[in-house]
Amino acid sequence: MKKSLALVLVFMIVLAALSIFLYTWKNPQQPDEPDIEDGEGDGEDEEELSFSDSVDWDRFRGQGITINVYNWGEYISVDEGDGEFDTNAEFEKLTGINVNYSTFATNEELYAKLKGGGTKYDIIIPSDYMISRMINEGMLEKLDFDNIPNVEYMDDTIDTSYDQNGEYSVPYMWGVCGIIYNTTLVDENDDFETWNILWDPKYMGSILMFSSPRDAFGIAEKKLGFSFNTEDPEELAAAAEALKEQKPLVQAYVADEVFDKMGGGEAALAAYYAGDAITMMEDNPDLAFAIPREGTNIYTDAMCIPKGAPNKEAAEMYINFMCETKVALANVEYTCYSTPHTEAFEYLDEETQNSVSYPSEEVKLTGEVYRALSDQGSRLLDEHWTDIMSSGNSNPATVIIFILACVAAIIVVNVWKHNKKKKIELEEVELR
Amino acid sequence: MNKKSKFLAFPYLVWMAIFIIVPLILIAVFACTTKVAVDPVDGHRLSEEEIEAVNEAYIEENGEDAEIPEDLIPQKTVFTWDNLLAVSTYMPTLINSIWLALIATLICLLLGYPVAYIISRIKVSKQKMMIFLMILPMWINFLLRTYAWMSILENNGLLNKFLGLFGLGPYQFINTQGAVVLGMVYNYLPFMILPLYSIMVKIDGSTIEAARDLGAGSPNIFRRVVLPLSVPGIVSGVSMVFVPAVSTFIISKMLGGGTNMLIGDLIDLQFLGASYNPHLGSAISLVLMVFILVCMSITNSLDDEEMEGVIV
Repeated sequence: MKKSLALVLVFMIVLAALSIFLYTWKNPQQPDEPDIEDGEGDGEDEEELSFSDSVDWDRFRGQGITINVYNWGEYISVDEGDGEFDTNAEFEKLTGINVNYSTFATNEELYAKLKGGGTKYDIIIPSDYMISRMINEGMLEKLDFDNIPNVEYMDDTIDTSYDQNGEYSVPYMWGVCGIIYNTTLVDENDDFETWNILWDPKYMGSILMFSSPRDAFGIAEKKLGFSFNTEDPEELAAAAEALKEQKPLVQAYVADEVFDKMGGGEAALAAYYAGDAITMMEDNPDLAFAIPREGTNIYTDAMCIPKGAPNKEAAEMYINFMCETKVALANVEYTCYSTPHTEAFEYLDEETQNSVSYPSEEVKLTGEVYRALSDQGSRLLDEHWTDIMSSGNSNPATVIIFILACVAAIIVVNVWKHNKKKKIELEEVELR
Repeated sequence: MNKKSKFLAFPYLVWMAIFIIVPLILIAVFACTTKVAVDPVDGHRLSEEEIEAVNEAYIEENGEDAEIPEDLIPQKTVFTWDNLLAVSTYMPTLINSIWLALIATLICLLLGYPVAYIISRIKVSKQKMMIFLMILPMWINFLLRTYAWMSILENNGLLNKFLGLFGLGPYQFINTQGAVVLGMVYNYLPFMILPLYSIMVKIDGSTIEAARDLGAGSPNIFRRVVLPLSVPGIVSGVSMVFVPAVSTFIISKMLGGGTNMLIGDLIDLQFLGASYNPHLGSAISLVLMVFILVCMSITNSLDDEEMEGVIV
């Protein structure tokens, strides 16, 4: 038995070693200093592009500076072994500044981390409403735009009201929210350009909603004709009522699970973001995307420098680098979101330029940006959300029943213990 | 125990102080405090109207576009029972989590007990193999295993496809409370079997033989010999399953479809939700801890009694 166990273990180790070997053999590690051929062979479009000399890139070379960058996961172009543009490596090569790159999954995670202190970041890339919250709380540093000349390429038709005077942030990517639907599972005569479709009883059990309260509330608010940023208790209550009404129709409240569920045909309708919709449509051609005319969320993720960043000027150089046409183009091609960079947009192929990632002016006009809610507002929203999520599977009477059951259990155990002790004592007496 | 071996416990004591005692105190402190706006002059607590008035006065003084500086109204941390009282709103969710965790623990016990007994009675060499096989799934990441259940239970997942071959279904498996309990049982079953096994393997076979020699039938042997001797295993198995099950949040998120909110999700929401509210989050955690303590003391009181019985 022991021998067979050892055999199994050896077999598994060999298997693991073999797979590691095959992996490295197929994807040879890039040498630390990429040679010239590697650096230039980035595909046709980029070959024409080179870095501008808008700033003195060599200013910090040789000083051993390291900047800490904190970004969303899968949100920057990296080289996965097929010669794609590696943003951070290129920046290090160009400027001699080291990049320490880490990622987060939600704005709230980023906020909790910065609020908790301990780690110093030079660059963060939060979304609109989180940026305005951080500005309100004095968590961001004003940018020195003399160090970021490339900001001139930014598309000024994009709503940046989250940063009213444009002093704290430079947009990185933007996009819109809409409805993804599976054309084989829905009645194509239905009107998908309205949020009301997510309340259609016909699609009971095949609707996916956002699991983040802010996004879910946003949809209900737009359906009822309110603003995304309403803090009126009555409007919030009405939105909560609408979400409660919708709950029996909803299959699940999701975040990234939407990729599997829509890709695999598990659900028919989902509210999600355009950039992700394009990724899903590549996997499943039956999917389509519609932007409701009641207005939708236009979101922007923008680069900011948090208060107390150790290397502010090097960080501004990084922002300027990210706004280089070549870099912005590589990043938008990698992520499939929408770029605010006007020149990089020109380099995209026509199909992409006309895709759902770049909606019409009309959509941009009816769209609205999330702004930070006040503390009371977000607390109220959270309370409503908890109420919606926990409604229907328990009622207050269970609390009393539970407490009674606990008391009963304690009494029973003690009585039983007492009786048994007595019995044992009696037995002992008898034995003597 | 001599002084030298006590000295060896010192590193753990330091570890415990830093990573267990201090965080517990911090949770208690957070749960009993809150931040309030106070008047910069005399330090009394400001009402919402007063805060509004201060902000408006500032804007009037400095023009429409002026940004209100953060330190215009100082904040102070004060002691309060409000957070703990607010937890009462979430009681139904708390009870629901305890209820689901209890069911999962009971199922784990019913499934795990016979398995642990059977493993403890077979040949020693085979026992190792069986335990190894039981632990094998735990080599795979917890999230991946739960994710796999998602694709099994989905409406057009493996299970419904299989049932479809016989013309049955599709049934609604995923996004129900049943799926959440299944996820708990699946993930925590080894934590029930292991302590049960390690206690049962110590039950001497000759004890059972002696009982049989004295004329006890199988039901009697189980009730009067095996069960009392295995109570310590039951108690530690129950706590090792119940405690993580009651505070889980990822299982309900993935298999419950987000519609079956558990207390773990609620705590998660306080830290990573729309409003960052560590005070309320800590208060909920504290109340949860009290409930777990009550449940555990009930189970433990069973154990104490039985141990006495065994000694006598």
